[in-house]
Amino acid sequence: MFVEILFYAFAAVLLVSGLTVITSRNPVYSALSLVLCFVTSAALWLLIEAEFLAIVLVLVYVGAVMVLFLFVVMMLNVNVERVRSGFTRHVWLGVLVTLLVIGEIVGVVVARQLGVDPTRGGVPLAPGYSNTTELGVALFTRFAYPIELAAMLLLVAIVAAIALTMRKRRGLRVQDISAQVAVRASERIRIVKMDAERPQ
Amino acid sequence: MHSLPQIWNALPGFVQSLAFILAVTIVLILSVAYLTLLERKIIGWMQLRRGPNRVRLFGIPNTEYIGQPFADVVKLLLKEIVIPARANGVLFRIAPALALIPAFATWAVIPVAPGFAIANVDAGLLYVLSLTSVGVYGVILAGWASNSKYAFLGAMRSAAQIVAYEIAMGFALVGVLMAAGSLNLGVIVEHQRGMVAAWNWFWLFPLFVVYFISGVAETNRAPFDVAEGESEIVAGFHVEYSGMAFALFFLAEYANMILIAALTAIFFFGGWLSPFDGYIAAGSALRELPVLGLLIGDGTHWLLVKMLFFLIVFLWLRATFPRYRYDQIMRLGWKVLIPVTIVWIAVEGVLCWFRIGPWRA
Repeated sequence: MFVEILFYAFAAVLLVSGLTVITSRNPVYSALSLVLCFVTSAALWLLIEAEFLAIVLVLVYVGAVMVLFLFVVMMLNVNVERVRSGFTRHVWLGVLVTLLVIGEIVGVVVARQLGVDPTRGGVPLAPGYSNTTELGVALFTRFAYPIELAAMLLLVAIVAAIALTMRKRRGLRVQDISAQVAVRASERIRIVKMDAERPQ
Repeated sequence: MHSLPQIWNALPGFVQSLAFILAVTIVLILSVAYLTLLERKIIGWMQLRRGPNRVRLFGIPNTEYIGQPFADVVKLLLKEIVIPARANGVLFRIAPALALIPAFATWAVIPVAPGFAIANVDAGLLYVLSLTSVGVYGVILAGWASNSKYAFLGAMRSAAQIVAYEIAMGFALVGVLMAAGSLNLGVIVEHQRGMVAAWNWFWLFPLFVVYFISGVAETNRAPFDVAEGESEIVAGFHVEYSGMAFALFFLAEYANMILIAALTAIFFFGGWLSPFDGYIAAGSALRELPVLGLLIGDGTHWLLVKMLFFLIVFLWLRATFPRYRYDQIMRLGWKVLIPVTIVWIAVEGVLCWFRIGPWRA
């Protein structure tokens, strides 16, 4: 009962914050609502005892991705009116996606009522069960090669992103860090010994 | 008549948890108050000054400066909180709380005594990492909501800096979890049992150095305090804050310092483990002595001693080094600390494979 109340409370917050992501006029508010979305989703995942995924969601999306998002949104000063101008032209796409999502949700509910259990009879796990340990074991034994492949793909993406955006501009004045590090005090200062101006 | 432990055990679980949370929070706030005093005193001594020496506690003689933190709190509480005219009022008010909450919430998983933490979470290390990374929102929002150039510059600097050092910090902790074979902070401490050289700092020395440096950078402390940078951008992200709102940022900074000190002690210096562990045998007569025996054994006091040491290092750094230049901060984070951690993780893997050192895996 208590868990259900929590679920509906978090779900309500999630829906409202999801709506404010697309309705708010200020892009900073949109980004912050998205942060709230992620945090409440993490809370929902905690309710179904997926604590590892919940914490990783906060760590990756709230802690890193959204910080960069906010960073960019604050820097760019986005003109909301111009972004909104194409609303009527693209509304059919939005309606289509909405209908699709609603169809999927209804499909899941109908399948449940027809007696099809997609989890194949999920049972609550024993209290000593550790989500984190199980996930670690699975990732490093059964899925070791897919993980390595995914990691390689990410590495390639990082290198490509840097290679695509790095331009060497002419006439750019850059510090030569190794020269700065190699500097000795004797090259920069000269200690002059001189007599006192007045007799002491 | 029931004894106190009986009454305690009869209480429902959530009341016990609430009592623990309350106890940890109060101790933390008091520690923050006295850390500010300690900082002013220690930096004073290092610079051959006296530091604060005016406020006695209730006028008791020979307690000069003990009352200073309370005087500071009263002063800040009585000051007006000015909200700039074109500032974003809501975010301006929320930002200090967002800076403070993660610094306190992280304490939920910190193992403060043998076998005890408020929440014994299996993914504790990830929880710590995720909450320390959430702390940056307070700084960014404060900078943006103030609608001031200096504050905004401070926020931007802080965001880039924290994202950069987060990675080095995470990689350093990868080494710790490889050594312990667990993400549970209690298990990580327990795994270091043995002697002083069995603590993680010995085998993971480069990771320890990287972790502590990134910790200093994450808390925006000198020499990485470009987010405040009072000689360049006035006071950085909290330039528009006054009174208690400013004090909340102050509180968050010092709470974060205490947190980083505690985490360094737990990850690399055996947390509450006693340094005499491997040298005085468990059944030795020394351990049977009434007070000394308790002091020699494991306990919270050792964690406190180690934390105090790292806190003093924090202050020592501030009194010693000039502020880093911003591009040097970025260079240090991305081009020095991250490669060091990656190399040492590889070395640790090799050591693990050949079973050199005290590895669990």
